[in-house]
Amino acid sequence: MTALLPRSAVALTLGLLVLPITFGLLGTLLPAFGYLPALGGHDLSLQPFRDLAATPGLPTAAVLSVATGLAATLISLGITLIFVASYAGTPTLSRLQHLLSPLLAVPHAAAAFGLAFLIAPSGFLIRLVAPLFGIDRPPDILIPHDPMGLTMIAGLVIKETPFLFLVTLAALPQVELSAARRLAASFGYGRIAGFVYLLWPSLYRQIRFAVYAVIAYSSSVVDVALILGPNLPGTLATRLVQWMNDPDLSVRFLASAGAVLQLGVTLAGLLFWFVLERLAAVLLRASRERGWRFVRDQFLRRVSILVVGLIGGAVFAGLAILAIWSLAGLWQFPDLLPQSFTLRSWMSALPRIGDPLVTTLVTGFASTLLAILLTIGCLEREIQTGRSASQKALLMLYLPLIVPQITFVFGLQLLFIGSGGGEYRLTALVLVHLVFVLPYVFLSLADPWRALDRRYEIIATALGRSRLSVLVSIRLPMLIRPILTALALGFAVSVGQYLPTLLIAEGRLSTITTEAVALASGNNRRVIGVYALLQTIVPFLAFALLALIPSALHRNRREMRV
Amino acid sequence: MMLQRQPTNGLSLSNVLIRMGDVSLIALTAEVPPGSVFTVMGPSGSGKSTLLSFIGGFLDPVFDAKGKVSVDGVDLLSLEPQARRAGILFQDPLLFPHMSVGANVAFAIPADVRDRRRRRQIAADILADMNLADFADRDPATLSGGQKGRVALARVLVSRPRLLLLDEPFSKLDMELRAQMRTLVFERARTAGLPVILVTHDDADAEAAGGPVHRIGMNGASHD
Repeated sequence: MTALLPRSAVALTLGLLVLPITFGLLGTLLPAFGYLPALGGHDLSLQPFRDLAATPGLPTAAVLSVATGLAATLISLGITLIFVASYAGTPTLSRLQHLLSPLLAVPHAAAAFGLAFLIAPSGFLIRLVAPLFGIDRPPDILIPHDPMGLTMIAGLVIKETPFLFLVTLAALPQVELSAARRLAASFGYGRIAGFVYLLWPSLYRQIRFAVYAVIAYSSSVVDVALILGPNLPGTLATRLVQWMNDPDLSVRFLASAGAVLQLGVTLAGLLFWFVLERLAAVLLRASRERGWRFVRDQFLRRVSILVVGLIGGAVFAGLAILAIWSLAGLWQFPDLLPQSFTLRSWMSALPRIGDPLVTTLVTGFASTLLAILLTIGCLEREIQTGRSASQKALLMLYLPLIVPQITFVFGLQLLFIGSGGGEYRLTALVLVHLVFVLPYVFLSLADPWRALDRRYEIIATALGRSRLSVLVSIRLPMLIRPILTALALGFAVSVGQYLPTLLIAEGRLSTITTEAVALASGNNRRVIGVYALLQTIVPFLAFALLALIPSALHRNRREMRV
Repeated sequence: MMLQRQPTNGLSLSNVLIRMGDVSLIALTAEVPPGSVFTVMGPSGSGKSTLLSFIGGFLDPVFDAKGKVSVDGVDLLSLEPQARRAGILFQDPLLFPHMSVGANVAFAIPADVRDRRRRRQIAADILADMNLADFADRDPATLSGGQKGRVALARVLVSRPRLLLLDEPFSKLDMELRAQMRTLVFERARTAGLPVILVTHDDADAEAAGGPVHRIGMNGASHD
């Protein structure tokens, strides 16, 4: 029994990750070639692709997708690298870690709205400097939605940098940081150069899947693109969503072909990145072999901390502006603050928030709970077999994050329509969220799980306790903190899901996030403020509540405190 | 050879051989009568702790092991690790940090003692016996090193072990405490009639144990 459960957990986990992706891709591919009996497509043909090729502006949209995705990844990784290289092993790093960790729980859409409210022509930053320059009307510049996608890149960078930063920090204990630092310094290398020469290659090997996930995400993102990206023409993914939600169901064939193109676009982005990787490796080697020491890197180090501080500041300031807008009465340009505050926006929004909120909570709790049970089963299996997950298993885990959501979730939607499973919509929603929640829950819990001193369990077993009893009374209570953190992270990931919710729910169910993003095209900042803030508050409340549990449980246990 | 060997009292190790790849770490045949201590000595990295893992049922699969191990005629290796009741003390006391001192001890009391009050009483009795009366509700983190060591000993004793496996349990204690703990552990094992295997690299441990000493070397050569 105790051996059987974990084994089936591994099979179940792999199935729940791989099957939706496989079937989803199939469900996208077949209609792309004209086959979808439910919508009257019985014969294979290239017509959808011909229609796609005839769509104006598509090459621009595709290039825009790749370019913004790669730029956002390159900038985020660059900031992370220089900052970690400069400050790994110093108190500065751990201080910034405390600033950046909460950013992970802020949904992409909320961060993007906050940024928009900050930098728009009538945004807070311009109001700040307006008196200095005598500006009394919002300047006529196209921000956000600038045609180059620069605002969108910024919006991605403020979310992906914290992600890459935390992933890198998690990998950092695996390298000999202080020894390498001393060695590099004694040979006269600059801090950054020493770190890059000695540690970065092995560190990068451990975080590369996360980097690929950022590329895939950034090149196919929808919500951030709708809020900040160019709209005429938009990125490929935003065009696809229009087609996917078109009331004329025959447009779904075109949408399928477009989703295949998106898969190609993201793959092209990844291939381009592989070339960059090789190039960087060659340059790194050449520089190392010449013995370039880059001793004077102090300026770069200072800049990196400034940029990281700016990123954290931008997100938090954005959230604050959202809060102010949600409470604002009359707020004219260029006033720095509203003339009055009112609860009217909240009052008028609240009656309509109930259903989306319930859907958000139910989907979040259910998918996260399933994810944690499966994760514990898999990790328990690891202990039984004495083998930890291979690179292949790790890739499997990252697969839902590397294959663009829009390409396989759309296929799942078509399968869902085809099977007429409308009454199980909520179940379908939970299972689709699970695909994206599971990797984060697993990655968050795996390290603390493996780090627990095995001798505690040896002692408990030798005292005559069964494996199940040891799990329940020793391991799980000792790991209560990381387990709750994983739960909170999983919940935040579920709350932030836009596209899967939109596609699977088909407008019959909505969450706080789909409601918030739907407001992007309108320009009611007060309502946007309410929804975007709610979207942030829900996961933060989960974090806060879950953080209280261990303190209450282990009130009198000193070693159980952090 | 024609006759089945009569069950003997105490621990019997026959033709135990532990290897990693082609390197033999331990080759050993020994009888350890109840209450006496059998010491295995070797430098760190010699693989001496693998003997304890093998007997307890926790040997890492990278090692190959064979041989027979029985206690009072019971073949240990045929039992699941949790059924072997091989009490272990490590270098660190490893008290469960989320449980009170009393709960740590009560956790070890065999399941056939069902009555909760009875379990609490057993834990309180042995704690009192270890000069730790009134410690039951304490947080283990607030105890001194010596006190933690005594709780760990109390915990292993109430589990009614068949034998004791000691993995350098004194090496992290300071001189004075080390002598006290040694005396206490060996004395308790003697009183309870438990065969003991002590793994150490400290000659003073071996001397205090008083029993036979089996030395293994860095190169894996095993000799008495």
